[in-house]
Amino acid sequence: MLYATGFFFNIGNEKLTKVMKYPPGDLAIWIFIMAELLVFGLFFASYAVTRIDNIELFEFYQQSLDRRAALWNTLALISSSYFVVQAVLAINRARQQQAFIFMLLALLMGLVFMAIKTQEFAHHIDQGITLSTNTFYMFYLSMAFFHYLHVALGLIVLAVLANNIRKGCYSQHDYNGLESGASYWHMVDLVWIILFPLVYVM
Amino acid sequence: MKYTSQMVAKPYFIAAIGLFIGQILFGVIMGMQYVVGDFLFPEIPFNVARMVHTNLLIVWLLFGFMGAAYYMVPDEAETELHSPFLAKLMFWIFLVAGALTILGYLLVPYATLAEITMNDLLPTMGREFLEQPTITKIGIVIVALAFLYNIGMTILKGRKTVINLVLLIGLVGLAVFFLFSFYNPDNIVLDKMFWWFVVHLWVEGVWELILGSLLAYVLIKTTGVDREVIEKWLYVIIAMALITGLIGTGHHFFWIGTPGYWQWWGSIFSALEPIPFFMMTIFAFNMVNKRRRQHPNKPAVLWALGTAVMAFLGAGVWGFLHTLSFVNYYTHGTQITAAHGHMAFYGAYVMIVLAIISYAMPMLNGRKAANSQLSQIVEMWSFWLMTISMVFITLFLTGAGIVQVYLQRMSDAPLPFMVVQDKIELFYWLREGAGIIFLIGLIVYVASFFVGRDQPEVELPK
Repeated sequence: MLYATGFFFNIGNEKLTKVMKYPPGDLAIWIFIMAELLVFGLFFASYAVTRIDNIELFEFYQQSLDRRAALWNTLALISSSYFVVQAVLAINRARQQQAFIFMLLALLMGLVFMAIKTQEFAHHIDQGITLSTNTFYMFYLSMAFFHYLHVALGLIVLAVLANNIRKGCYSQHDYNGLESGASYWHMVDLVWIILFPLVYVM
Repeated sequence: MKYTSQMVAKPYFIAAIGLFIGQILFGVIMGMQYVVGDFLFPEIPFNVARMVHTNLLIVWLLFGFMGAAYYMVPDEAETELHSPFLAKLMFWIFLVAGALTILGYLLVPYATLAEITMNDLLPTMGREFLEQPTITKIGIVIVALAFLYNIGMTILKGRKTVINLVLLIGLVGLAVFFLFSFYNPDNIVLDKMFWWFVVHLWVEGVWELILGSLLAYVLIKTTGVDREVIEKWLYVIIAMALITGLIGTGHHFFWIGTPGYWQWWGSIFSALEPIPFFMMTIFAFNMVNKRRRQHPNKPAVLWALGTAVMAFLGAGVWGFLHTLSFVNYYTHGTQITAAHGHMAFYGAYVMIVLAIISYAMPMLNGRKAANSQLSQIVEMWSFWLMTISMVFITLFLTGAGIVQVYLQRMSDAPLPFMVVQDKIELFYWLREGAGIIFLIGLIVYVASFFVGRDQPEVELPK
């Protein structure tokens, strides 16, 4: 039990071997993340402004979305991000095997998100909903699908990271690439954490 | 120069500069026709001058890209070009086809040209920028395929670098998207939509990859900065260029009959198109500041930095000015577009081709790395003459555009198009003046190849 707790929460007596630098990962990935956030930010702002003028329409069609699925998806992405953090910490403590397992768990939770979201999209397609159905669906489908593509890209990144961990590409002293990929995945998570309340709940 | 086959780049560069001169001459003629409507009429009607001006631009840039690829790819791949003979053969085919097409525009009425070239068998003529007869278009495809084969085989047998890979993706994209010029649906909405697949996805999509790759190459060569650092930037820049550029096509779909969501998609994604250009500017200056050595070829570095700045201003800032759909509602098809088009093409593509020509030509002429002091000074003069006059062309056209938008589309009593054209005549005269300075700059540029040839080249500082 103690071992399991230690495994999942990375509790240990060892100190972090490397002082975490800020920002973690490569500067280039941060420029990319900022640019990505700007795209989503513009979408979110446009959504919010348009909603003010069409509040009834937006509220009515928001009811048609599957909030429970979105909640599960939120949990899936947050836990996935958690596992990625643990994978990075494990590498920092030179626990390659543990890092690999955490990365697989992160991948798994990302796949859960994709599966649930695909179901949702399939449901909308069955109902004949398209980008031209109304302004609400235009925004919802655009933002959700654009985010979905980012999850797909993020999963490819995580798969590459997992494979690199397995091959021993990262060491306690050099895991810049891992941090870069992890930062990207957190961005994907962060966008969903804004998208979920904005589109499904509020 | 490490590989003798790089020499095939030279005729491509010379042809590019030759056609560039033609392009500017017709630009100056057309600029005059804006203010003196029957200038050189009926010999050179306005629509013909415009066709020659825009088509020559595309063709000479393509010559420039091909020359750049033939010079750069063997150097990057560390191997001789797969087939120098094929490269030379394609050069002549492309040059003759291009020259015949331009002569066709100038010597016979466009309808007759369509008839002679049997356009009715596979009609592709008549669309702006894609006016070439079908047979020329087929020629372009053949030349592009042979070129891609040659470059692709060279890359395959040699060292694989990110720079070569990005260039190859850009060139393949260029060839693939050109195929849409053969698709002419009857539905006029679809017709316009697929027309943009060539026009937009070239200049705001795949050409940006070519630009990024050539810029990275010139910077590696002239600054000595680590390849790893430059490649990392290149990845980020092209990723952003593709994300914003591909979906950003939507800013052309506002008023052609496509669904309403394009108003949002086009506005949001194209609003971010300046970002990769801004990154490119930061990237270029960063690399030059971090340089490990002084390069004796100063004009090459100047062109490289110039392209980063002017591409950001012309493509980025001037593009953003009128890319949001509620702004574009008033500005589309006005002189604002012309202002953007001029500075964007000059900054992003003319200057990068001149940068690589500037870098490569001394070596192609048998020098070690650089031209003589005199030649470099003359070339840098031409840089400033052309660049500053292009800034003024852009500013005058922007002024014309703002007045035009107001008088024709926004004021309480909108005026008809031709009445407004009369009222903005002063801007057109000023633009023509700046255009003539540009032509002088170009003459100075050409002169830089002929002066100081017998003088020793600038040496690397110890």
